[in-house]
Amino acid sequence: MNIVRLALRQARYQNTAFWRNPAAAFFTIVFPLMFLVIFNLLFGSNEVEFEGGTASLSTFYVPSIIVFALVGACYNNIAMYLAFSRDNGLLKRIRGTPLPPGALIAGHVIHSVALAILLVVIVLAVGVLLYDVDLPTTRMAAFIVTCIVGAATFCTLGVAVANFIPNADAAPAIVNASILPLLFISDVFLPMDDAPAWLTTFADIFPVRHFATAMHESFNPFATDSGFEPTNLGVMGVWLLVSVVIAARFFRWERRR
Amino acid sequence: MTERIISPPAIEVMGLYKSYGSFEAVKDVNLRVETGEVYALLGPNGAGKTTTVEILEGHRDRNAGTVSVLGHDPARGEREFRERIGIVLQTTSVDQYLSVAETVNLFRGYYPDPLPLDVILEATGLIKQARVRVGKLSGGQQRRLDVAVGLAGNPELLFLDEPTTGFDPSARRGAWDMVKNLQELGKTILLTTHYMEEAEYLADRVGIMVDGRVVVEGSPQEIAGASGSTLVRIRLPDGVGMPPETLDVHFVNGEGIFEIQTVTPTATLYQLTTWAVDAGIEFEEISVTRPSLEDIFIEVTNSNGQVRGGEA
Repeated sequence: MNIVRLALRQARYQNTAFWRNPAAAFFTIVFPLMFLVIFNLLFGSNEVEFEGGTASLSTFYVPSIIVFALVGACYNNIAMYLAFSRDNGLLKRIRGTPLPPGALIAGHVIHSVALAILLVVIVLAVGVLLYDVDLPTTRMAAFIVTCIVGAATFCTLGVAVANFIPNADAAPAIVNASILPLLFISDVFLPMDDAPAWLTTFADIFPVRHFATAMHESFNPFATDSGFEPTNLGVMGVWLLVSVVIAARFFRWERRR
Repeated sequence: MTERIISPPAIEVMGLYKSYGSFEAVKDVNLRVETGEVYALLGPNGAGKTTTVEILEGHRDRNAGTVSVLGHDPARGEREFRERIGIVLQTTSVDQYLSVAETVNLFRGYYPDPLPLDVILEATGLIKQARVRVGKLSGGQQRRLDVAVGLAGNPELLFLDEPTTGFDPSARRGAWDMVKNLQELGKTILLTTHYMEEAEYLADRVGIMVDGRVVVEGSPQEIAGASGSTLVRIRLPDGVGMPPETLDVHFVNGEGIFEIQTVTPTATLYQLTTWAVDAGIEFEEISVTRPSLEDIFIEVTNSNGQVRGGEA
């Protein structure tokens, strides 16, 4: 219980610091909402195909931006935080205290997941109020499970990738270069209907496209079933397990000298 | 004083050895720091100070030797051990967006029996900055916050790694007063430093490390005394010849300055002054200096051929 209490306490301080940092708050919170508005302005009146019929592209972009926001709050946030903390000596400092390292990382994961939940709620609210998108009521369970598996996968991926970021200067470049191209080829910013087959095959190696597909399916307005996506969730689960192993195996307290 | 005799030493190190590949950073370090003592580890860059201290803190493992810190082996990384020590690193690394009080409280929460916030802020001179965000502190204040964070758990033993590097002289004075305060709180302190005057002012005992070994150890006075020789320096008026040959003058300069190294300064002065009085000479200058810790340091490190330039 003690470690849970310490992790929650850590998350609380993390949260206080986060909201005082305008750059962090902007990139994590405002950026996805800005994208939501821009994509809807540009393409909102177009239509997109779902299984069972066609719907407005807004029904595509709300789950898309949920994916983008969740990846940003979990993967980007955690990888950056750990890379910076390793570079500036915070991890080393913590290692000299009785705080269990698991509590430090769990604290940041809790903080990131709380941000992700907040973002999901805001994006849903904006989608319903401004863009007339239906809440995924039929497939609510699938939607929630997809969010949970996505958050878990991208949080641990963030911890794993941070191990290979050599210093703070390289962190933004490595984090963005590793995730932005994937977001573009994974049905998140643009529907991949006209993409060459090899590109979608390539994108299917990584977890982002599976996350996006599962998320889009949970919003399918023509759905009548529960809509669980075992294959997509399964691929994400494999990434989750692999990143847990890599995160633990290559964890370092100090940056490489 | 009886308390010191019955307390076990805070730190006891025997035959410590650590290599990185073929580089032997620490070759054979023996060290004993008593409870309540301020011990300064001095040495040129690359002498093995930081490696030694990091082994004692539990940040690094060792290849050989026995190490006992507060009765624990730091390599085991026990939580109980970390509850009893405080570490002040060379880098400031706390969240820029938390206030001083929030930062100290965050760290206080890691320990079972933390020091009260106001005691920490008082000891480190940060009371006025309690509500200031870390990012807005001056460099000296940030260093003091590092110490405040190291004190959070009310440690019995505090490691201070170059606490005043980069300070201006007045900030350094302030930091020294702070360390004196900590000593009065009964803390054992192991400090590393480049500055001789810092070691001389703060430390009960000093160890000089060169090339992976502690080559000289003792109180600053003992170390200065142990090298034995005192420097007597006189300036004679124009036209006066040499002092008596029996005095072994080792340095002469054209302007009438003579320097004499002696282990018996009283006898040397007697000989010099009787010679001068007999000859009716008045010295234009006379000085008697005991070697400073710095002189010893330079002597020791030079003779080991290990002095290197640059900052660590």
